[in-house]
Amino acid sequence: MSGPSDFQPTNPALKWIERRLPIMGLMHSSFVAYPTPRNLNYWWTFGAILSMMLGVQILTGVILAMHYTPHADLAFKSVELIVRDVNYGWLLRNIHASGASMFFFAVYIHMFRGLYYGSYKEPREVLWILGVIIYLLMMATGFMGYVLPWGQMSFWGATVITNLFSAVPYFGESIVTLLWGGYAVGNPTLNRFFSLHYLLPFVIAGVVVLHIWALHVAGQNNPAGVEAKTEKDTVPFTPYATIKDMFGVSCFLLFFAWFIFYMPNYLGDADNYIPANPGVTPAHIVPEWYYLPFYAILRSIPNKLAGVVAMFGAIIILAFLPWLDSAKTRSSKYRPLAKQFFWMFVVVCIGLGYLGAQPPEGIYVIVGRILTVCYFAYFLILLPLLSRIEKPRPVPNSIADDVLAKTGGKAAPMVSTVIALMVAGGLLVGGAQNARAEDHGDKPPGQKWSFSGPFGKFDRGALQRGLKVYKEVCSSCHGLSYVAFRNLAEAGGPGYSVAQAQAFASDYKIKDGPNDQGEMFERPGRPADYFPSPFPNEQAARAANGGAAPPDLSLIAKARSYKRGFPMFLIDFFTQYQEQGPDYVAAVLQGYEDMPPAGFTLPEGSHYNKYFPGHAIKMPKPLNDGQVTYDDGSPATVAQYAKDVTTFLMWAAEPHMEARKALGMQVFVFLILLTVLLYFTKKKVWANAH
Amino acid sequence: MTTASSADHPTRRDFLFVATGAVAAVGAAATVWPLVSQMNPDASTIAAGAPIEVDLTPIAEGQDIKVFWRGKPIYISHRTKKQIEEARKVPVSSLPDPQSDEQRVKSGHDQWLVVVGICTHLGCIPIAHEGAYDGFFCPCHGSVYDTSGRIRQGPAPANLAVPPYSFVSDTKIQIG
Repeated sequence: MSGPSDFQPTNPALKWIERRLPIMGLMHSSFVAYPTPRNLNYWWTFGAILSMMLGVQILTGVILAMHYTPHADLAFKSVELIVRDVNYGWLLRNIHASGASMFFFAVYIHMFRGLYYGSYKEPREVLWILGVIIYLLMMATGFMGYVLPWGQMSFWGATVITNLFSAVPYFGESIVTLLWGGYAVGNPTLNRFFSLHYLLPFVIAGVVVLHIWALHVAGQNNPAGVEAKTEKDTVPFTPYATIKDMFGVSCFLLFFAWFIFYMPNYLGDADNYIPANPGVTPAHIVPEWYYLPFYAILRSIPNKLAGVVAMFGAIIILAFLPWLDSAKTRSSKYRPLAKQFFWMFVVVCIGLGYLGAQPPEGIYVIVGRILTVCYFAYFLILLPLLSRIEKPRPVPNSIADDVLAKTGGKAAPMVSTVIALMVAGGLLVGGAQNARAEDHGDKPPGQKWSFSGPFGKFDRGALQRGLKVYKEVCSSCHGLSYVAFRNLAEAGGPGYSVAQAQAFASDYKIKDGPNDQGEMFERPGRPADYFPSPFPNEQAARAANGGAAPPDLSLIAKARSYKRGFPMFLIDFFTQYQEQGPDYVAAVLQGYEDMPPAGFTLPEGSHYNKYFPGHAIKMPKPLNDGQVTYDDGSPATVAQYAKDVTTFLMWAAEPHMEARKALGMQVFVFLILLTVLLYFTKKKVWANAH
Repeated sequence: MTTASSADHPTRRDFLFVATGAVAAVGAAATVWPLVSQMNPDASTIAAGAPIEVDLTPIAEGQDIKVFWRGKPIYISHRTKKQIEEARKVPVSSLPDPQSDEQRVKSGHDQWLVVVGICTHLGCIPIAHEGAYDGFFCPCHGSVYDTSGRIRQGPAPANLAVPPYSFVSDTKIQIG
């Protein structure tokens, strides 16, 4: 992309093509011979990481679309069936879902890098603006993708975000109706979001091509911020940048794989494992972590229209950065003041992200307003002012001089910033979790689960006993509709044989039909059948249970959570603690108290439970000592029942958990080996360049 | 990349490059596996393809029914004496896909023909009781099958397939 190439293939067939379509020359000049500054640091590998992430998201997304059903009644179930039944479906979904977070994580680093090193300055303005457009497209794509599973957060996120447009004067309501294709978020909304979610990544890919084109016209910026002048300043893209990027990508994959295989729900929201319910809004609507800073800005402003304008303004303002900051020196390395303010700005952004996850009340609102002012002041006041009053330090004459000037000792600040960023990112995520399970109910005691941690496995005995408890107690009110009898004989499950699962299934009466006479009939269950639900529909369930429909238990162990608090959520990331759901379920089963504490008025028809949010639960105490007879000599106590049935429900929520952890271990061994090899290869290749 | 190796330590450097490349290639190949494997039938589809039982009592002589197993139409024909005779008197060696009628039915249940109702040419569904041989006629490209479901005429290369099935009792079969 940088002028005509002198690349000439030797093979006559390739020559023939090249004369008619110089594509190999284009590739050669863009990705082989292309001169890249020799002083680039690892922050520059995020361009390659982002390209990879776009590829990963498109590839896994296209595959998921082969199995997904974009219909309001079927979407949630189809996602569950992908995870449960499709070969490696759980893997593909985890990659795609945590891939979105990884994509944003990488893009934020990429953007802050551009900000720090002045990569938006002349002659790279268009390059930068294209980047802002990509970022906006990513946000739209990410948002619409989050709607597709059609859980509670999907539905209410869609409602809140589309309602932003109702702030537009005069036309607001009409625009929102147009977006919805109805009078509320519903099936037409889901359908169009699916269509657009499929389309936009390809638009992003197109803009990425423009972005790279613009990059290759202007040439890469570099940490010194001086343009490459002579051949001594650059190295050819291949092998130097290629191998360095591959090493960077490999390191990033290690980080990525941690989420895919061990923490797939760490960045997600438990509420999204509850199917969309247009009648109930979750207690805390929190967007995905990557939107939190902008969400905080939105909420900081007490006027609807002004809030929406400020939120979009906070993104659009980035496009004007090349003109707001008119300083001649590019790199903040040589701008003592700009450098300090840059880090303050980073802190402001992370602070806004933290606040975006907090409930909009009290001190959070006040701090949010202060930080919102800081955010805009950085762009509108500080940068224009600094570019006029700041006295930059002298920049090196050339990139070659810059390389010669530093001989080692460069790694330390790099490491500290990485650590600082990780802690800050952890805070952000923790903040997000804070808001989710805020207030109500005592914190359930953390339990020791056999299935937690990287080597966790389900206790077969507990699964079998838990199934018995479910069948004899829970199943009279609660369905288990995503679990099929055949699952009982699958690897990683309760360990029954196919014949045992078949016999278990045949105890159930399954409604089938219509037969040749057009009538429905009952027949014994088969392994392919799913656990029948105790009530024919939600209304019947509600009517029979004092107005509160007993939830289906297929996903309950993932659909419930509680606040872990600081610093537990940070420690959880490293210990891979994901068992908030089981902790909660087991606690609720044991949390009944005959007498509510003094001062608590229990509503009619409710029961007091220490751990249930609000304490008044409609479900009567389900388990009592001795209620279920165990054949294996395990104690017939409520504590044991609770533990067993919770283990069973965790398996029901994620039947492939053991496969996930086992594959994760193999992937980690492989990636560590690859990363080490790439590191040494990179060192060998670069040995020539220094 | 091996061309970049210099003369002093060619072997060690080359080994490193080759090892890295090989490990990366293994990783790429392993990554392809789940991406392709997901296209295969999922667990619920496989479970739904379990054997089915069909009651034969309602099928009168000379009639046939169509049932579905694994998404495929299965013809179950209750053949008349005449149809059986027609199928048996043709010399097997004269057939395009030589197979005797006895090989295509279960002995002792000669009146029952169970075949997959999918034309072996390009997958259309032949119409029963049509065509010159009183068997099946495929309207798409004119393949004609006889009363044993064997190809007699037209572009189809093979006889209608016989699905795996067995008689549970005299009046009940299990397909699959």
